[in-house]
Amino acid sequence: MAQINVNVDGVAYSDDVEPRMLLAQYLRERLGKTGTVIGCDTSNCGACTVHLDGRSVKSCAMFAVQADGHDVTTIEGIASNGELHPVQQAFHDTHALQCGFCTPGMIMQSIDLLTENPKPTEAEIRLGLEGNLCRCTGYQNIVRAVQQASSGGGES
Amino acid sequence: MTAVEERAAAEVGRPRKRKEDRRLITGRTRWTDNLMLPGMLHTAMVRSPIAHGRITSIDVQAASQASGVLLVLTGQDLAEEQGSLPNAWPITDDQKAPPHPAMAVDRVAFAGEIVAAIIARSAAEARDAAELVDVEYEELPVVLDLDAASKEGATLAHPDLGTNVSATWVFDSAEAGSGSNVDDAIRDSEVTIERTYRQQRLIPGFMEPRSVVVDPTHEQITVWSATQIPHILKLMLALTTDTPESKLRVIAPDVGGGFGGKLQVTPEEVITLLAAKRLGRPVKYTETRSENMVSGHHGRDQIQRLTLAANRDGTVTGFKVDLLADMGAYLGLVTSGIPILGAFMFNAIYKFPSYRFTCTNVFTNKTWTDAYRGAGRPEATYAIERMMDELAAELDMDPLELREKNWIKHEEFPFTTVAGLEYDSGNYEAATAKAKEMFGYDDLRREQAERRERNDAVQLGIGISTYTEMCGLAPSRVLGALSYGAGGWEHASVRMLASGKVEVITGSSAHGQGHETAWSQIVADRLGVPFEDIEVLHGDTHVAHKGMDTYGSRSLTIGGIAALRAADKVVEKAKTVAAHMLEANRDDLEFEGGKFTVKGTDKSVTIGDVALHTFAAHDLPDEYEPSLDSEATVDPENFSFPHGTHLCAVEVDTETGEAKIRSYVCVDDVGSVVNPLIVEGQVHGGVAQGIAQALYEEAIHDESGTLVTGSLVDYLVPSAADLPTFGSDRTETPATSNPLGVKGVGEAGTIASTPAVVNAIVDALRPMGINDVPMPCSPHRIWQAIQSASSGGQS
Repeated sequence: MAQINVNVDGVAYSDDVEPRMLLAQYLRERLGKTGTVIGCDTSNCGACTVHLDGRSVKSCAMFAVQADGHDVTTIEGIASNGELHPVQQAFHDTHALQCGFCTPGMIMQSIDLLTENPKPTEAEIRLGLEGNLCRCTGYQNIVRAVQQASSGGGES
Repeated sequence: MTAVEERAAAEVGRPRKRKEDRRLITGRTRWTDNLMLPGMLHTAMVRSPIAHGRITSIDVQAASQASGVLLVLTGQDLAEEQGSLPNAWPITDDQKAPPHPAMAVDRVAFAGEIVAAIIARSAAEARDAAELVDVEYEELPVVLDLDAASKEGATLAHPDLGTNVSATWVFDSAEAGSGSNVDDAIRDSEVTIERTYRQQRLIPGFMEPRSVVVDPTHEQITVWSATQIPHILKLMLALTTDTPESKLRVIAPDVGGGFGGKLQVTPEEVITLLAAKRLGRPVKYTETRSENMVSGHHGRDQIQRLTLAANRDGTVTGFKVDLLADMGAYLGLVTSGIPILGAFMFNAIYKFPSYRFTCTNVFTNKTWTDAYRGAGRPEATYAIERMMDELAAELDMDPLELREKNWIKHEEFPFTTVAGLEYDSGNYEAATAKAKEMFGYDDLRREQAERRERNDAVQLGIGISTYTEMCGLAPSRVLGALSYGAGGWEHASVRMLASGKVEVITGSSAHGQGHETAWSQIVADRLGVPFEDIEVLHGDTHVAHKGMDTYGSRSLTIGGIAALRAADKVVEKAKTVAAHMLEANRDDLEFEGGKFTVKGTDKSVTIGDVALHTFAAHDLPDEYEPSLDSEATVDPENFSFPHGTHLCAVEVDTETGEAKIRSYVCVDDVGSVVNPLIVEGQVHGGVAQGIAQALYEEAIHDESGTLVTGSLVDYLVPSAADLPTFGSDRTETPATSNPLGVKGVGEAGTIASTPAVVNAIVDALRPMGINDVPMPCSPHRIWQAIQSASSGGQS
């Protein structure tokens, strides 16, 4: 067991974890942060994407011990005071989700993309989301959601 | 025929944003794998690494003694109680099938089959212990190639069966009386086109891996499963494991996609149930993605040998289809019936008078196949739409003109097809005209000619798919005639609560389709209550006690109509109470906007008033049962037949073989629309999955039967960067078989898009003498086709 100190969605946790425990497993099984999901075992699907110190990471491709001393933000930590994050709102407005399983990772990756490039072109959005798979939407409305969030506008 | 109702609709037709989104975008979801129950144990499966062999020994000693392990199960342990996994669709009386144990007892027939299970305190301990199970096999010869497997003397996938052929099923229009003899048509034709196409094996690839939790600590055992079919699963688990049906409750909580892949009764569900019963404690199993790829059922995998007969003027006179369908190693829930769903679609939108379909279902030592989005119909549509392009090329006709010459004209509906179905409505002219305009068809043809003229390295191809499909599965009498084991009805109930709020319970189990929103829209209009006041409940056999679940684009056309019927019964009941409250004659009341009014007066009560009055029950009409709750079970009159025209422009780099979709336009006619936002989303996702078959995806086994595309590294589910923006629009020709005029939409995009893309690629390459590229049309395959043609290989 290894001890870690990690801040998740604004709450400090100190835990003993197996060295092999993935960050995704730690979030889900130890903290009950089941909004973050696991869709594959090869870090291709991106469903588990969270932010580590404000940048997106795939939490199935990191051990929990690697998060020691860091801030983790999950899909459950981005709305504030009951107000959806603009990217969450945009996903709702543009019907950018169907089954919703990829959605937490897709939203966290979209936020990261917009942090890096606040006014992306459609091609830049598509490339920026390349590491996150969605089987329901064909991505078109996900691209629209990111465009809406990027323009800062309300409903399109 | 049902008259489509003309009545004011405040909600139906609106692009309502979805009710289900809130929990999904904030991470407050209820996936099966989220569940943690007190004392819950975890399962890891041991799977066969070989495709065919006898199990000579299993040593579980070390695993049994490993930390945290409570139980190790082998097939011998379960042999008495596991039964045989169900096949609900024996397509012929003499269909052959091997027993299908959840856990292999003495022989494995595909790589990935379960041979042992570990149940332990934690998932990690279970997996560690699984590594310690030592299984020895005596390897047997494998048969993997579908064509080879179908031949006399082939290596047998199941030696005890004595053959690899499970069944042969024939539809002949001359015998059925729906048309003439196809052999005569071919003999008398001026042109025949013969082709063989391969529908490669695909993997459904839903994003949520399957998961099951079984809690046996109550009198009724509760099963949570990431399934499309909680009701069917409940019955089938009961029958398979000899558990009284009344002792089972099945819950499908939030389910992360299915696409047919979760239309199954799985070995993992049976094993988890049996383990939980033995241990008397809750047990969970969640598959890894890699396990999903080998053990979740696959889709497609057919070889189609096709002969199209026509006259020189382009009139098609007959179509003969000889199909080989790869079952894989076993028959799952509807494995054997999937090709049959295609049997009625090879004639598509065309009027040709003769048709024969012969299907041979064949076993191989691979993961079994079953439903995958479209299920039989994409394969059929691909075949006819590719063949229409081949015929157009042969006759030097524009492929759209050729189609128009042969399709059913809008004034000819209802139309009984050569396959014996009655298409109720459609307007292929309207959808095609709109698509052509959006696409800029004539301009693109001009550009194509220019590129050909100047011998451009990048050639332009234009692909067409004017598809239809049969969905809304299905009228029970048709299912009965096809030997399917159940009916095709759907159930709903509507509960008017004392406060005027409404609960709608649907037997259709959504997993991304947006039922909570769409059913709210339908019922809001019928009851005249606000959209927000309606709660749609589903996916729990305690709550929705009857249902046939979600597949085959059936939910709206059957389940949505059941909700509508149940709501109308609520109004009828309420009317009696309202008349009593208003001291009026029932016949003098009119109901509009949620209000009963005595005609010609301002005397009225709202349906909410009636609900409260009924709840109190102090003063009700004599003999009146104090309840407005109503239910309805709807059996569809007919399938629904959505159709549309999809046009695809592809740029093919003849030096690298890369095919790039330049534009994709689809105009779909799904009848009247409840929620255009949801419909558009279904079309986008469907088109993407069809493009994926055309360009990217294929499940490949090596010569020993190992799936080499066993992870998302190797199996190319397309990303956002791999797909274009689609131009989508609709025409609306209402269905006449239901009161909303709606047709299915869930599978349409997938059925339509694959041939549009491949037709475009072949169209780009045709001047080089190429008339086919096998799917998926990877750069390598296109490049090979070009090389082969330039050395005179392909005609």
